[in-house]
Amino acid sequence: MKLFSLSSLRRGADMFSIRGGIHPETNKYLSAKSPIEKMPMPSIIRVPLQQHIGAEAVPLVKRDDLVLKGQLIGKARGPISANVHAPTSGRVIAVGHFTAPHPSGLPVATITIRPDGEDRWGPHLPRLRPEDADPKDIAQRVMEAGIVGMGGATFPAAVKLNLRERYPLHTLIINAAECEPYLTCDDRLLRERAEEVADGIWIMAKALGVEKVIVAIESNKPDAIEAMRRHILAAGPNARVMRVPTLYPMGSEKHLVQTVTGLETPARALTAELGVVVHNAATAHAVHKAVRYGEPLISRVLTVSGHGIKRPANIEVLIGTPVSEIIDHCGGLEGEPERILLGGPMMGLPIQSLRVPVIKGTNGILALQKTESRQKAAMPCIRCGGCIKVCPCGLMPMEMHARIRNDDLDGAVDIGLLDCIACGSCSFNCPSNIQLVQGFNYAKGRLAFKQSQKHQQEETKRLADARNIRQEAIAEAKRQAMAKRKAEMAERKKAEAAAASGAAPETPKEAAE
Amino acid sequence: MTVRVVSSGPHAHSMFSVTQTMAMVAVCLAPATGLGFYQFGWPAILLFLVTIFSAVAFEAVCLIVAQRPVARFLLDGSAVLTGWILAMTLPPWAPWWVGTVGAFIAIVIGKQVYGGIGQNMFNPAMVARAMLLISLPVQMTVWVLPDPLGAAGAPDLWQSLAITFGGGGDVDAVSSASTLGFVSAQLGGGLPLDQIMAQTFSIRDLFYGHVPGSLGETSAALILAGGCLLIAMRIITWHIPVAVLGAAAALSGALHWADPASFPSPLWHLTSGALMLCAFFIATDYVTSPVSARGQLIYGAGTGALIVIIRTWGSFPEGAAFAVLLMNACTPLIDTYTRPRIFGRDRKGKPLEIAKGARP
Repeated sequence: MKLFSLSSLRRGADMFSIRGGIHPETNKYLSAKSPIEKMPMPSIIRVPLQQHIGAEAVPLVKRDDLVLKGQLIGKARGPISANVHAPTSGRVIAVGHFTAPHPSGLPVATITIRPDGEDRWGPHLPRLRPEDADPKDIAQRVMEAGIVGMGGATFPAAVKLNLRERYPLHTLIINAAECEPYLTCDDRLLRERAEEVADGIWIMAKALGVEKVIVAIESNKPDAIEAMRRHILAAGPNARVMRVPTLYPMGSEKHLVQTVTGLETPARALTAELGVVVHNAATAHAVHKAVRYGEPLISRVLTVSGHGIKRPANIEVLIGTPVSEIIDHCGGLEGEPERILLGGPMMGLPIQSLRVPVIKGTNGILALQKTESRQKAAMPCIRCGGCIKVCPCGLMPMEMHARIRNDDLDGAVDIGLLDCIACGSCSFNCPSNIQLVQGFNYAKGRLAFKQSQKHQQEETKRLADARNIRQEAIAEAKRQAMAKRKAEMAERKKAEAAAASGAAPETPKEAAE
Repeated sequence: MTVRVVSSGPHAHSMFSVTQTMAMVAVCLAPATGLGFYQFGWPAILLFLVTIFSAVAFEAVCLIVAQRPVARFLLDGSAVLTGWILAMTLPPWAPWWVGTVGAFIAIVIGKQVYGGIGQNMFNPAMVARAMLLISLPVQMTVWVLPDPLGAAGAPDLWQSLAITFGGGGDVDAVSSASTLGFVSAQLGGGLPLDQIMAQTFSIRDLFYGHVPGSLGETSAALILAGGCLLIAMRIITWHIPVAVLGAAAALSGALHWADPASFPSPLWHLTSGALMLCAFFIATDYVTSPVSARGQLIYGAGTGALIVIIRTWGSFPEGAAFAVLLMNACTPLIDTYTRPRIFGRDRKGKPLEIAKGARP
């Protein structure tokens, strides 16, 4: 609860404040001045078939096939899935499993391509004029191009574009807040390719059928705001750029919607139910390329930064490029960084192996030194309430954590565990260095496991019951057949007896029946 | 490549730690403590050192017994701070064993038996003060007039050693009653308030602290300054201090307005005794106060009101320790009923309704 906040005096009249939030050192200066550069062709490309939320794509190629740039190599399976394309031309050297770009390091289905260096394009997607295209066709094109949410959530973008069929929409918000520290890729994209991004925004607004478009950019990116303002007309007459406060987690979808529109999305609901859809700026750029030029999503811009990188930079890389080659391109590692992350320092994932590829949702590669992560041994909670003060969701992280430690998962759910967005503000602020988010993630995992176990048990019980009923029915049928036979026997005996008493020439024939 | 850390985010952290928080509190306490040293002289300094040393020693012993990492927990500074606050509430010329016994009660009985830092229900320093006040009514109410360090009548270091460690010594201290004790006793004697007030210290003296009283409680001005610094550095929020002072002022103001002849003015209440120290440094103890802003307001208001009630109708002239302990007991209850509203849900925890046709 916020009784009084100075920021409410400072903010603009058309903006709304969110609860909590933190101000970590952004460290964006490390890479904000480096223009986007193209990475040279990597020696190998590994394209995982699961780079998105939803079902894994089905491989369409086999070993030793020759693929062309932009060729479909993995087909979306089911309504929530995404196509996967070959990032360059070359030979498929394996269709198998490879370490996932994830802390677990578990293997995922991956297509490995050895580039031939020619970078030869296959056929582009057919030409589409968005000016006179049907919204359905635009969404179809976005689906074909395998575009997913590029802010990190990797939800298939076409599914979100099709929300107009289910909800009356009025506003499209472009999330260019980029609230994660270190990351500057969206900033650079807006500064250098504002026109393309604005065009992508216009195409998406057309697909969604919304009348209002708001591009939300954090106040610490004045150049991006200016560049976007210059080109905002390309995004439609009702589009405008909004300068939102620099506050983590401003880029959280529901919190951004609240800041921009003042609407609070109900728990477990979609922002679309309020008529608002949020897309990332990089996604808009990908939509532009897919619709205008028929290019599928095969590359992205990402930030390579942290004090553990010799030459921090913003780089446009092909999807599937190994992390190690990107780091080498940036001058290599500085000393022995404490951790290597994919994504930002707040919600990014630490990786064990540098051989993993970057995927559609990878917006950063960070090498952090010990002085940056400031990880210390945890001390007991002193109930300072710092976690509650900064929680953007109005939760009591310390209490949830205490309940989880006592194995009271249901108790933690009762006080809002499932409303946690894992933004990490509480852990960041905790003076005792308690790994609160780690506890919540553990509890969520346990709950999911329990849920699946329960489901399995119920399913087993249902099958067992069905089997019992079936067997019962069979036994019943047998019993009835037996009773019938008995009755027939008795009948026959009676008849025999009756026949024996009289003339009995037909008896043997009857018994043979 | 070496095996790196596997943990979920965030992989960054604010610069604050428990140790820094405690150090900041100590900095904010320093002005009022300094004044105590200056006007009560060497005995006060010796008592202060003895109390803090005992607190740290007891903490170390408890940590060793509990087999916890001693250095790491001692360095969090909480034992030093507990000893510090306890010393500030003791009579400045009290013998050394009062400080040591107080530190024992605070650290061992008030904190470590519950499981150490963060686990105690009651404010350790206040547990110690309340127990000392009840069991040592004489030693805990011997006050001396301020006698600045180095002034003619002030005891030198050797005399001070005798006062603190030797059981009295040969110095005739000008003992005096604290304003709270004096007013309370005289009111009990049936004198009208305006006559009593004329005989005791002025509000001005009480505000600046040139009065007899506990080691670090005399100067409302310096404590107020330290408290404001504490809020400015965001160690605490304004909720508890404002609620404590506001409730105390409101209640005593109402009483004074109803009958000025028998109830002292709110200004006198605010500037005397432990109220100011309590509002900024004692009631705001993280461990024993509610965590949400609303809860802190309720808790603070309860503490402020209880202090005035105990001072007015209780059998002790000062009620800060008891008021804080009583409200500490209510903290879990307050916390349960003052949870913040979860994003996207109403206060009862149900998802918000989607207003039909909601448009920005």
